[in-house]
Amino acid sequence: MSDKKTEPRKEMAKKEKYAEVAYYPGCALEGSGHAYNRSTKALGSALGLKIKEVENWNCCGAMEVKNIDPKIQTYLSSRVMSIAANKMKMDVVMVPCNGCYHNLKKAEYDLANDEKTVEVVGRLSNKAGHETYQAGQVETIHALDWVKETIGEEGLKERVKNSLKGIKIANYYGCMYTRPRHIFPEKDAGPGSESTSKPHFMDDLLEAAGAENVDFPLKTACCGGAHTLSDSDTSTLLVSNILQTAEDAGAEVIATECPTCHSGLEMHQIRAEKVLGIKTNVKIIYFTQLLGMAIGLKPKKVGLHENISNSFDFVKKKGLV
Amino acid sequence: MRSGHSNSVADIGLRLDELIAKPPAAADAAELLTLGEEILEHWVVAKGNEPTQEQREGFRLLALHRQGADKDPSFNACRETCRELAYHYNLLTQQADHPDTEQRARMMGWVARHLHLFISGKMEVQQLGDFCCASRPLREKVDEEMTAQ
Repeated sequence: MSDKKTEPRKEMAKKEKYAEVAYYPGCALEGSGHAYNRSTKALGSALGLKIKEVENWNCCGAMEVKNIDPKIQTYLSSRVMSIAANKMKMDVVMVPCNGCYHNLKKAEYDLANDEKTVEVVGRLSNKAGHETYQAGQVETIHALDWVKETIGEEGLKERVKNSLKGIKIANYYGCMYTRPRHIFPEKDAGPGSESTSKPHFMDDLLEAAGAENVDFPLKTACCGGAHTLSDSDTSTLLVSNILQTAEDAGAEVIATECPTCHSGLEMHQIRAEKVLGIKTNVKIIYFTQLLGMAIGLKPKKVGLHENISNSFDFVKKKGLV
Repeated sequence: MRSGHSNSVADIGLRLDELIAKPPAAADAAELLTLGEEILEHWVVAKGNEPTQEQREGFRLLALHRQGADKDPSFNACRETCRELAYHYNLLTQQADHPDTEQRARMMGWVARHLHLFISGKMEVQQLGDFCCASRPLREKVDEEMTAQ
């Protein structure tokens, strides 16, 4: 009985808590993933959600720093959270990029569980002249959590103007969104929570907007993003396998929620045709672009022109313009 | 190779290409699972270990993945791919008459191929495996032994 009484309150608390968030776009969203940046902001604004970009933010440490010194990467991520918590007085940091999301969550976990990390981050924060981030000061969420928990499926259904009906979608989450499981304690937490083995938040949202999701077994498979520069051929093979699988599953679109995966899929789709002679026609579109167009935003408003691949004819044909 | 597997990494890739090119069938499930185990064995052997014969959740494939990810968390990027392979094996063997069987078999082929591409690519980047005649740990061990003599 008590669970039934507290559950709606919890949902309401999240809905209110996430309605105004600190926004950490990360480096990729200022470059190759700018369409994701534009569409996230446009979607949030159209849905009545408020974002405040983290002031003077820095790189999360990504892969490059982490490979050399993981604790420096932790410090870099902690600085972003420190600004949000201590300077901007925000409770939630919303992150669209899987790499940044993973790194901020990992920093949070390490600061809560590893004394050496606390010591290094404290020392570097003092040296840099800002308040040290303390574990638990902010909650880091993904853009998927943001839309799912504030607007949800029912809210989206009410706002849909251009239904995604008739569009078959393979939802591709990439391998960083749920890995490693221990840094995402809110996932696999019972009904309504996200799953680390079969994530479904993007599926739920796009289905609410009318899309037909296909059974896609590679939704968390590696796209070879980390190999892109060191071994392009491996990345091209992995991506072409994902694209072919999606097409064979019946998908017309691969929906993405990570700038690295997205640009990798787009670039290696072209390279696969040139180098391997494997041509695929599946469109690669951010979930924020799809949801934005579904609620009536124009393609340019969600940055469709900033994607590498051209989806204009497709969205026009599907009635999204 | 200590594991005793007969197919090279390249052979596994070629066989997967053949299976994907032909009409998919539930009967392919066992071979696809075995090919998945073999590619994982290559990874384990290349890291200088003896492939486990144990099972996890009823699958040697999952035990091999766990062994392969030991002290190498980045290898967990293929964890769900392994689990999808096991899941499709269950679908195909336990519901062989299901109307989606052909599609499920087709998907299992792609999943197995993804596992192969991921591991073979990772081995190449790390200079493990038979891309350079012998795996690095084994080659280094031989070098050490020869130096000692």
